[in-house]
Amino acid sequence: MSKKSYSTEKVDGLDLRILRNPESLYEEYPRKGEINKTSTHYCAGCGHGIAHKIIGEAMDDLEIRERSIMISPVGCSVFAYYYFNCGNIQVAHGRAPAVGTGISRAEDNAIVMSYQGDGDLASIGLNETLQAANRGEKLAVFFINNSVYGMTGGQMAPTTLVGEVTVTCQSGRDPDFAGYPTHMCELINTLKAPVFIERVSLATPKKIEAARRAVKKALQIQKESKGYAFVELLAPCPTNLRQDARTAQQFIEQQMEKEFEVKRFRDLSNEREPKIRPVSDFSTEALDKIFDVSRENEGEFIDDSDMKLTSIKVTGFGGQGVLSAGLTIAQAACAQGKHVSWYPSYGPEQRGGNSNCSIVISGETIGTPVVDEMDILIALNKPSLEKFSKDVKEGGIIIYDAAIEGFETDKDVTIYKVPSLEIAEAHGNARTANAALLGVLMELSDALPQEAYEKAIHEMFASKPKVIDVNINVLRAGAEWLKNNS
Amino acid sequence: MSNQMVKGNTAVVIGALYAGCDCYYGYPITPASEILHEASKYFPMVGRNFVQAESEESSINMVYGGSATGHRVMTASSGPGISLMQEGFTFLAGAELPAVIVDIMRAGPGLGNIGPEQGDYNQIVKGGGHGNYKNIVLAPNSVQEMCDLTMKAFELADKWRNPVVVLADGTLGQMAELLKFPKEAIEPEIDNSKSIRGTEETSENLVTSIFLNFDQLEDFNFELQEKYAKIAKEDVIIDEYQVDDADIILVSYGISSRICKTAVDKSRENGLKVGLLRPITLSPFPEKRIKELADKGAKFISVEMSNGQLLEDIQLAALRKEDTYLVNRMGGNLLELKDVLAKINEVSGGKQ
Repeated sequence: MSKKSYSTEKVDGLDLRILRNPESLYEEYPRKGEINKTSTHYCAGCGHGIAHKIIGEAMDDLEIRERSIMISPVGCSVFAYYYFNCGNIQVAHGRAPAVGTGISRAEDNAIVMSYQGDGDLASIGLNETLQAANRGEKLAVFFINNSVYGMTGGQMAPTTLVGEVTVTCQSGRDPDFAGYPTHMCELINTLKAPVFIERVSLATPKKIEAARRAVKKALQIQKESKGYAFVELLAPCPTNLRQDARTAQQFIEQQMEKEFEVKRFRDLSNEREPKIRPVSDFSTEALDKIFDVSRENEGEFIDDSDMKLTSIKVTGFGGQGVLSAGLTIAQAACAQGKHVSWYPSYGPEQRGGNSNCSIVISGETIGTPVVDEMDILIALNKPSLEKFSKDVKEGGIIIYDAAIEGFETDKDVTIYKVPSLEIAEAHGNARTANAALLGVLMELSDALPQEAYEKAIHEMFASKPKVIDVNINVLRAGAEWLKNNS
Repeated sequence: MSNQMVKGNTAVVIGALYAGCDCYYGYPITPASEILHEASKYFPMVGRNFVQAESEESSINMVYGGSATGHRVMTASSGPGISLMQEGFTFLAGAELPAVIVDIMRAGPGLGNIGPEQGDYNQIVKGGGHGNYKNIVLAPNSVQEMCDLTMKAFELADKWRNPVVVLADGTLGQMAELLKFPKEAIEPEIDNSKSIRGTEETSENLVTSIFLNFDQLEDFNFELQEKYAKIAKEDVIIDEYQVDDADIILVSYGISSRICKTAVDKSRENGLKVGLLRPITLSPFPEKRIKELADKGAKFISVEMSNGQLLEDIQLAALRKEDTYLVNRMGGNLLELKDVLAKINEVSGGKQ
């Protein structure tokens, strides 16, 4: 018994112990409604009252009431918040461990408990249960296993015993049709992260004492911020199982405890270190730093309605630098104050091996970033050259790598077959062939100056400074090649 | 520089962080995944929280838990994942918890494909979960707005204690444009009168959506409707372009609205009085303004990447079906300028 759940008075020279609820349970339950404010909504003989009381007493003993948040599930204990004198939240069916994760991550100092029945935890919420356990969330989970759905009217639960009769297995649970009872402690015990796992029984006062110790241990682990603790409590449901007090007790001891072994599966509380999560930084400075934002140098758009809209597509195999070449063009245009958009092919399309991106450069706000017909096509491989060359506008430009053989088109376009791979290899890095093609584009069009391209390359490779010089050299060599070959 | 080329999905994360979002809970799905990737990278860099959830159901329920603590929290997904989150939306609305959810729409129904579409309009704007609730819905049409409206979403979520959805599409999420960074970061204040934080001050608080008493629940439902009416009064945002004297008004949001501006310019060059009304808030919907314009005799063309879902709201607002038209694409296809011009031509009786 918790020291706070009774007071002692001297009456006629005798010590009288006056029992009352632990402080962590309300003395009266006004949330329940106006009548019977001191009785619970649970049926006579139900296990929830006992479970509530030992949790409340453990909260008192550990002096964690203020830090505690109780999650009420869906099931008979949907109204657990009538009783627990702490922060309370009621959640959707089965989602308590996810909600608990959300709370615990946001408020590292909170002690978060979920209280769930067998339908909520082991059926609809099985995934959430296992995943939160596997992440080792700082969460104490109290699992009330009474082998049957209560609130909805006595249906078969994942924990219903073989042969046990419920309203949805009226001839008894038949494993050929409905499978076998789910063993939650054993399942969770296959995971590495949980700190504490124990199954207890509420069948007799002595067993309740053992349950009290397990509950307290689970909360002690929360108080110490050590992580996930799971306590399964085998509990009576006399109403739905049509039992009286004696047969309910016998059912737990003689049948449930046979199927669900009462034992401590794990206690790693001495080995595990507290998990302390970092403190959030909301400062502008911290964010500016991670995004490399400098407040002095603000570029602006220069609106220029005379400028012709230019659409470009860069295509090739994934890994050839297709997307980065496109981004370099976009960055260069951006540095010149042009309106520009960049739009990649994405998803499974890119995993097919081919990749492309579209760039639109304009003197005005851009309508659509999608390019169906383009002014300029830059192709790094044959399949995409063949695929997209038919979409190049009349009078447009195609720039492609000279290693691609046998390409022909009868369209009125200007074609530049550039030995980009050779140029790149001459500079000692075959992977910079895309920069040689960009050099040709740079030389062809006076829309964007050399400095803009070079600045863009600096920005693109800011995290890989070693390759900046070679990319710039290859870019210049590409431009040089065009001068010598046109 | 304070201006950078970034992807729309990245801009969402930038907006969220500058808005003081403390927790990101999410699950991967194309074309929204970069939001998850960038959140996993940047949130921990400033000590904020990131969890990759096991499912979208868990993401939204983590958001429910995080929001209950009073911190700013968010998630993002795309159609199929958003469908799974609908349980959480209604619980958030029912418990009056603020939260930001970003939907980078893809093409449906079913698994559909990963191309851009606007077919989630009804499930987001009309609710989608059970019960008499509404989301607040913001529709960006540029990378800049992906950032700015994400910030706005947090402000409105807190103001009204309601879920706010940023409704964008695959193109907006994937494309890169110049982003002007937010001027300063916000450190939000936590409302201790409603939240549960594991503190003495908040230990009497309760977060729930249960009202067992029928009359109480009915009262609460009426209160919610009053709240939505107030939101409609105070927080409708519209972007109008050449609307005042227009005979034909294009109504369009998100990526579809961008070509509409060009369509307006081209039509005006040909002497047609065409305008563009772009709802930035889809919920609350700009029904008053549309009614005004309808009463002046304007014709409306809904330009959308869905099956007339937006058109229905235009008709409801205009209180007529006559002189309302639809030009649309679906399945991952974007509308092209010529589609819109052809429809304007048809509606104007071939004057263009």
